[in-house]
Amino acid sequence: MSALGELQRMRKGSRGTLGVAREPKKDNKAAFAFLLPWFAGLLFITAGPIAASFVLGFTDYNLIQPPVFNGLDNWMRMLGDARLHKALGVTLVYVLVSVPLQLACALALALLLDKGLRGLAFYRSAFYLPSLLGSSVAIAVLWRQIFGADGLFNQVLSMAGIEGKGWISDPDSALSTLIVLNVWTFGAPMVIFLAGLRQIPAMYYEAAATDGAGKWTQFRRITIPLLSPIVFFNLVLQVIHAFQSFTQAFVVSGGSGGPSDSTLFYTLYLYQRGFGNFDMGYASALAWLLLVIIAAFTAINFWAAKFWVVYDD
Amino acid sequence: MTELRKLLRHAGLLLLALVMLYPVLWMVVSSLRPNNEIFRRPGLILDSLQIQNYGEGWNALASPFGHYLANSAILVLACIIGNLVSCSMAAYAFARLDFTGKRLWFAIMLGTIMLPIHVIIVPQYIMFSQLDWVNTFLPLVVPKFLATDAFFVFLMVQFIRGLPRELDEAARIDGCGHARIFLRIILPLMLPALATTVIFTFIWTWNDFFGQLIYLTDPEMYTVPVALRSFVDATVQTSWGSMFAMSVVSLAPVFLAFLVGQRYLIRGIATTGGK
Repeated sequence: MSALGELQRMRKGSRGTLGVAREPKKDNKAAFAFLLPWFAGLLFITAGPIAASFVLGFTDYNLIQPPVFNGLDNWMRMLGDARLHKALGVTLVYVLVSVPLQLACALALALLLDKGLRGLAFYRSAFYLPSLLGSSVAIAVLWRQIFGADGLFNQVLSMAGIEGKGWISDPDSALSTLIVLNVWTFGAPMVIFLAGLRQIPAMYYEAAATDGAGKWTQFRRITIPLLSPIVFFNLVLQVIHAFQSFTQAFVVSGGSGGPSDSTLFYTLYLYQRGFGNFDMGYASALAWLLLVIIAAFTAINFWAAKFWVVYDD
Repeated sequence: MTELRKLLRHAGLLLLALVMLYPVLWMVVSSLRPNNEIFRRPGLILDSLQIQNYGEGWNALASPFGHYLANSAILVLACIIGNLVSCSMAAYAFARLDFTGKRLWFAIMLGTIMLPIHVIIVPQYIMFSQLDWVNTFLPLVVPKFLATDAFFVFLMVQFIRGLPRELDEAARIDGCGHARIFLRIILPLMLPALATTVIFTFIWTWNDFFGQLIYLTDPEMYTVPVALRSFVDATVQTSWGSMFAMSVVSLAPVFLAFLVGQRYLIRGIATTGGK
């Protein structure tokens, strides 16, 4: 079961596997000892910095002089920040296009591979491998060559007699090359789909077949509903993940987000503000805006789940 | 008819697998070609072996590439140890102990799996730079010793829950405390979960760019991703051969980890639903 499923069940109030509670609270001392590193991490590495960046978001801070409280200045500045607006647009297109495409590929391949196919292990590995490599600098370097003016892609196109262009140097197509890169890493969600498909009892299909249901009806009435929680899980996580993409845009554009800011991912802009200009106050406010946007998208996903995700419990 | 369909399906899948892996195969082949051929030859056949690409790439930066490989290896090793120790301890508490506020703490832990690193990076950077830890591995390693990779805590909690409780209870009757139960009973039984943790930590840390880019600005401290990136920025179009050569070198350990640990990787993401 996924971390997300676990959270959802906790929200519904079922005590699940956690609620043993025979002799309550007997292990407090031991638990504190075992969790000491985790509590320290929560305080200094995660929760503490989240709170700190919220406060810093209301200051002007360059790492050298002490932070100066400036009220809502950073947030007002966002309203008129054209590069931020550009970054938001680029990131939204990237998330809204690449995640559905990636999941559609993952689901299609999982369905093709599921039916007791020979060589399953080989195919699964071949399709999974790119998702391990995809976030590396080396692959981003390769992408820069492939979609360059004399790159591999254009060489292949010219064999078919098609005249290519510099895909990365053209602002109209630069983002598409990064979308292709994200779709290329569909292997990880595919493996999760495969595991989910394996959980659907074969007798459902047998019973449906006896009742005269065709393959398409079986797919629509059995596979899709029973797989929907896993589709949902992948969707939520891949959206969160895609919002945080950084490496590919950074390497492909040489850190600039160009050409014409067409690959300026939100995280890349945040990096430029915070670690290029050491504008830490503004960067903190930007980080919080990102958190709010991701939380909003996740909330929308959870809300929309009511209409299409089927839970059998 | 069905035989034909099977055949067609295999043909289609093989073709797709080839298309997917072709860029990487082509990069490996191109790393052995002279520069002028890289932009003319989309095929995979090699006429000559331009081994010197590897020599040139190896020595293209301030230090030989082996220096950056060693830095990455040290960093990865430290992160693996940190995750193994801290995540297994936290997982034992969440899976086996009963304590005040457990449900809330557990929910917080799960929530941090989804937390974007960008929200915490600015204050973290400020903290670590005040500790004078910038340009050391500490900002990248210390968090691993504090169980901040919650994904692995969750993975291990799931695994421990699957172990029979009778074992701990028998040990408790024999007078074992939690430390001994954890070390003598649970840890040896959770080796598969630990193996999954080792392999994922290896690959993710090896590939991680954002953190290493921010904290490692002194070329002496560069790891493989940061070194490779500075290579890209320093060279203009002319030395793709040696750049590809070092890209291949930097991907080789990930590929090896994948070959060795495939079973654990697939099981890891299939049982926990991945990251």
